[in-house]
Amino acid sequence: MATMDTAEPSRRDFLYIATGAVGAVGVASVAWPFIDQMNPDASALALASTEVDVSSVAPGQIITVKWRGKPVFIRNRTDDEMKKLAGMDVKALRDPQTDEARVKKGHEHMLIVVGVCTHLGCVPLGHAGEFDGWFCPCHGSVYDASGRIHAGPAPLNLPVPPYEFISDKVVKIG
Amino acid sequence: MSGHSTYTPSNGFTRWIDSRLPIIRLGYDSFVAYPTPRNLNYWWAFGAILSMMLAVQLITGIVLVMHYTPNTLMAFNSVEHIMRDVNWGWLMRYMHANGASMFFIAVYVHILRGLYYGSYKAPREILWILGVVIFLLMMATAFMGYVLPWGQMSFWGATVITNLFSAIPLVGDPIVTWLWGGFSVDNPTLNRFFSLHYLLPFVIVGVVVLHVWALHVVGQNNPTGVELKSEQDSVAFTPYATVKDAFGMVVFLIFFSWFLFYSPNYMGHPDNYIPANPMVTPAHIVPEWYFLPFYAILRSIPDKLGGVLAMFGAIAVLFVLPWLDTSKVKSATYRPLYKQFFWVLVICGLGLGYLGSQPAEGGYVVASRILTAWYFFHFLVILPVLGLVEKPRPLPESVTAAVLAKNAAH
Amino acid sequence: MTMILSVTKIGRAMGAAALVAGLAFAAPAFASEAGGPVVETQSWSFAGPFGRFDKAQLQRGYKVYKEVCSTCHSMNLVSFRNLADAGGPGFTMDQAKALAATIKVKDGPNDAGEMFERDGRPSDRFAAPFPNDEAARASFGGALPPDLSLIAKARAVHRGGASFLGDPFTLYAEAGPDYVYNLLTGYVEAPHGVTCDGALQYNQSFIGGTCIAMPPPLTDDIVTYDDGTKGTVQNYARDVAAFLMWTAEPKLEARKSTGLKVMMFLIVFAGLLYLTKRKVWSSVAH
Repeated sequence: MATMDTAEPSRRDFLYIATGAVGAVGVASVAWPFIDQMNPDASALALASTEVDVSSVAPGQIITVKWRGKPVFIRNRTDDEMKKLAGMDVKALRDPQTDEARVKKGHEHMLIVVGVCTHLGCVPLGHAGEFDGWFCPCHGSVYDASGRIHAGPAPLNLPVPPYEFISDKVVKIG
Repeated sequence: MSGHSTYTPSNGFTRWIDSRLPIIRLGYDSFVAYPTPRNLNYWWAFGAILSMMLAVQLITGIVLVMHYTPNTLMAFNSVEHIMRDVNWGWLMRYMHANGASMFFIAVYVHILRGLYYGSYKAPREILWILGVVIFLLMMATAFMGYVLPWGQMSFWGATVITNLFSAIPLVGDPIVTWLWGGFSVDNPTLNRFFSLHYLLPFVIVGVVVLHVWALHVVGQNNPTGVELKSEQDSVAFTPYATVKDAFGMVVFLIFFSWFLFYSPNYMGHPDNYIPANPMVTPAHIVPEWYFLPFYAILRSIPDKLGGVLAMFGAIAVLFVLPWLDTSKVKSATYRPLYKQFFWVLVICGLGLGYLGSQPAEGGYVVASRILTAWYFFHFLVILPVLGLVEKPRPLPESVTAAVLAKNAAH
Repeated sequence: MTMILSVTKIGRAMGAAALVAGLAFAAPAFASEAGGPVVETQSWSFAGPFGRFDKAQLQRGYKVYKEVCSTCHSMNLVSFRNLADAGGPGFTMDQAKALAATIKVKDGPNDAGEMFERDGRPSDRFAAPFPNDEAARASFGGALPPDLSLIAKARAVHRGGASFLGDPFTLYAEAGPDYVYNLLTGYVEAPHGVTCDGALQYNQSFIGGTCIAMPPPLTDDIVTYDDGTKGTVQNYARDVAAFLMWTAEPKLEARKSTGLKVMMFLIVFAGLLYLTKRKVWSSVAH
C-alpha cells in the first residue's frame, strides 16, 4: 500500500513507514520473552555451583559428581600416573596443553574435568584405554590421566570446569 | 473467492510456484483482493481479533507446556515454578489465563454482532453453524485448560462438570467413570484433559479454516444486511479492511494488557491458588465467568437431567437459529421490534451471568428461572413470530446508497 | 467530520465493551452485609499501575514471618535465594546465604547410603515447621495451618455487592493483603450471643466462619524491628501482609513495569494505526 517508488516521500508515505516501523519494533520486542523463556530458569541457575568434599578421594580413585546435570570426574592421581604424564611430549598432542595448566597449584594430584567426551557427548569410562586415563565407549576416543585426547575422533581435551578450593578439603565447582 | 482470481504472478519465480502450488494466489484472493463491504463498522474487527487471540493462546500454550507437568503431585507446583522461576514465565501464564477470558469476550461480541445484524441468515447458515461449533470447542478447551493448574477450583470444577454426564439415564455413571479413568477425578483425568487440551486448539484451527472458507464463499454481511450488488459496494480487503482490523486489534490489545499487567487475577478465582484437595469442597463453587450464564440455566431447573438438557439446549438452539428467524430482513437496523428484543436478550444473558455467580437459593433461583424461560422464549417463540408480524423499515437500495444517504445526513 | 464521527463510533464501541466487560465479570461475591467478615481496605505501596514493594517493609515482614508465623506455617514455594531477587525485600546474596545457613537441611543419601544434615544453601526452600500435613494437624488438634506461600492470592476475598464492577477501573487487586491484615487484627471481643467452642477464637474478619483455630498470633513488641519501627500489632500485621503479597506474587514489580512499557507502546501504535487507517480510507465514503 505504501507507494515507495515516488521520488519524494510524501507525508502519507512517512506515516505508513512510521506505522510499519513501530509495528516491526513491537513484533521484535514481543518475540524476546518467548525466546528467553527457554533459557535456564532461576532455579536452574541457583544450582549452577556445587560444593564437594574431596578429602575422601583416595589416590588412584575417581569419583563422579553432578554439576549442571553433567558428570564431573574428580581424580586423585597416583605418583606413578603423574610421572607418566610428565614424560609425555605435549607438543605431539592433538590439543596441546600441559598437565599443570589443567590443575590448581598446590593440588596437582587432583584432576577435575567435565566427564563428557568432546566428540559427541558420551561419558567416557575411567581407568580404561591405552593410557589408563579414560576411554569413550561410543566412538573410541582415548584420553590420558590428565583428560587429554590422544586418539579417536574427539577434537579436544576433556574440559576443566571453573572451580576453586574453598578449603583444603572442599572444592566449589561452578 | 466469489469471482475469478485477479492474481497475476509478477515474476518468473512466482509464476513457477503458481503453476505448481497456487498458494500465493490463495492468499492474494483471500486477504488482498477479496471484496469487503465498504460500510463495515468496528464490530466487524472481532473476526480478526479472534484470530489473533487464537494465535496468542496457541503460542503461549505451547510455551507453557515446555515447563508444565501434568501429574497430580506436580501440576500445581509446576505452574508456580512457571510463575516464579521461568524467565518471563509469569507473563506467559498470565497471558494464557487472561487470554482465555479475552478470547471469550471477543467471541461473545462476535456472536452478538452476528445476532444483531442477522449474519446467520441465508446464505450464511453453514458459516454460522461452523461458528457455533467453534464456540463449543472453545468451551471444551477452556474447561479442560482450567483443570490443569490443579487448584481447588480446577479439581471441583472438573468434578462438577464431569458429573453432568451422570444425568444421562442408564449409561450416565459408566460414562462418568470412563471420563475419569477411575472412581474420582484423579491423575488419569488430569492426564487425558491435558492431552485433549493440547489437541482441541488445533481442531479449532481446522474449523476456523472452514469458517473462513465459508465466509469467503458467501461474502461478509454488513450493517445494512443488504447483499453486495455492484463493485462500488465493496473495497479491497487490503489495505482497507487490513488497516481497520489492525487498529481494532491494537485497541483490543490495550484492553487485554490492562487486565494482564494490572489485574491479572481479576477474572480468576482465589481458591485456585489452593492446591487441589479431594477431601474439601470450597464454600462457593463457580465456573469461570464465561460459563456463568449456562451454569445459571443448569441450576434453574430443579431436575438433574432437565438442568443438563436445558444447558446444552441453550447452545443447541443456536444451531437451528437460521431457521427459527422467519424475517427476510437481516439487520436489526431495519427491524425496530427485533432491535429491542435483541437488547433484552443481551440483558437477559448478562443477568444469567450474574445469577450464575450467586448462590442457588431464594430469589436468585426464581430470577434464574425467569431469565432461562425468557432465553428460550426469545429463540423459540419471539423470533419465529416476529418475522411474521413485524413491519421492517424500508431497506436501502444498496450498500453504496446507504453510505451516501448517511453521509448526506451529516 | 469523519474523524469526529469515527471517534464517537469508537467511543460508543468502547463504552459498550466496558459495559459488557463490567457486567459480564460477575465474580462471586462474599456477602459483606451484616454478619459477614469485616475486611477494610488498606493503602499499600504496591497498589496501582506504578506500585512497588517497600523493601524495608518486606524485610520487617520477613522478620515477623520468621519469628512468629513460621513456627506453625510452612512456606514451601519460597527459597532463600528469592530474598535477594530483584523486586523483592532487597537482601544481598550474602545476607540470603547467611539466612539460609541458619537452617539445617536433610540431604542425601551420601556414599554410604545414609541421609545426613547439612547447612542450608540459598537454593533451599524455607524450612517447614512440620514434616507433613498430618503431623501439623496432630499438633493443632486437627486444624491445619495453611502454607503461606500463596495465601495473599488464595484469600483475595471478593468484596460484596457490585464492587466487582468498579475494580477493573480502579485496578483494585489488593484484596489478599487486605484480608491478611484484617484477619491478624480482627481478634475482637465476640459480639453478644456468639461463643466459640474450646480453643477456637472469635475473629470478625475470618471468612471460614465465625471462629478460627489460630489463636491471636501477634501482640505488641513480640518482634523487635531493627529499623526502629514501632512494634505494634497493626505494624506487624501490615508488614507481614505486604511480605505475603510478595511471596504470592514475587514478579509483581516486573509485571507492572513491563505493563507500563507495553501500554505506552500500544497507545502510540494505536494512534499511528488510526491515522494510517484514516489516510487509507480518506478516498472512500463509508
